[in-house]
Amino acid sequence: MSRKPYVREISHTTWYLARRRDLLHMAQEVTFLFIGIYTIMLLWGVKALSEGPGAYQVFLDALGSPLVIAFNWITFVIMLYHSISWFSVTPKAMPVQIGEEFLPGGIIAAGHYIAWVVVSAVIYYLAGGFNG
Amino acid sequence: MTQRTVELSILRYRPEEDDKPWFQTYQVPCDEDWVVLDAINYVKDHLDGSLSYRWSCHMAVCGSCSMMINGDPALSCKTFIRDLPEGQVRIEPLANFPIERDLVVVMDDFMEKLQRVKPYLIRSTEKPLEEGQHLQSPAELKKFKQYTLCINCACCYSACPQYALIPEFIGPAALTLAHRYNQDSRDQGRDEREDVVASNEGIWDCSFAGACSDVCPKHVDPASAVQQMKIASTVDWFMRRLGLGGGKS
Repeated sequence: MSRKPYVREISHTTWYLARRRDLLHMAQEVTFLFIGIYTIMLLWGVKALSEGPGAYQVFLDALGSPLVIAFNWITFVIMLYHSISWFSVTPKAMPVQIGEEFLPGGIIAAGHYIAWVVVSAVIYYLAGGFNG
Repeated sequence: MTQRTVELSILRYRPEEDDKPWFQTYQVPCDEDWVVLDAINYVKDHLDGSLSYRWSCHMAVCGSCSMMINGDPALSCKTFIRDLPEGQVRIEPLANFPIERDLVVVMDDFMEKLQRVKPYLIRSTEKPLEEGQHLQSPAELKKFKQYTLCINCACCYSACPQYALIPEFIGPAALTLAHRYNQDSRDQGRDEREDVVASNEGIWDCSFAGACSDVCPKHVDPASAVQQMKIASTVDWFMRRLGLGGGKS
């Protein structure tokens, strides 16, 4: 008897709508759009700074527009979602074995949060943020 | 024992008669302690002997009876009817695999991928027999034991969005098996596996959706194995650039 296996096609554009799990995954994937745009904006600022006070002032004025402020708030929330969901899975990627036992995942995730705070504080310090 | 009648909606595909799959419903009187496989066996024994599906152990060991239950891949012998929401139970063959007949899928691609990662102990230096066995400490065993628990049920392939979109992807179970041997203190075959494991079709096709670990009935956590291999492979890459070895170039 000849075989006739049936292949179920899936939509390459809407596949993630069927399950909540896939939808949340895609939500995390699209956060890159906002973080990417934010990074480009930051690079524009660095470029403006190198071009002199006039160009930098144009950049600062642009930052003050309600549209950019709204975008930055949205990006901040999205970045938090991305970071928290990422840190929560770090124990999977970096298990630490001591003797026969593995460190509890919570400790590894907590280590990442502490590193995040320390690195942020160092950058804030280097940027002169603690000088008032 | 309390009994309730459950409507099973089962995807049927009879290659000699059907051009495409279709749902057939059955009313099944289920005991309180029945799993989905019991209900399907009831259909086979009392309602419709033409229904095809795979099963063997009925105790979550053989990995044969995996199927889509209400849209999620699961072992039908481990899914209790009483734990499912009231109403119709939808049963389909494992997603992301071609349907051979009814609930039976073609698993050739999965089997071929398992072989490609060389899932066995590889030694570059053979130890003479008179030197005795390869000893392994409990700590060394613990390092990979979790990854030995895979029963090849392929639920992870069925849940994986990347495998659904990129059929070339080596996939969760096979990569996890590669990691299991890479982590084994008796094995020396990591470099031999790297060509497949660290290729685009290997670990780098994984987007860390984590669905494989969510559905794994044996809690193997394939997502963790794949992410650990990504880190190891990245470290290798930097070590090679720094001229400090780091596996195969």
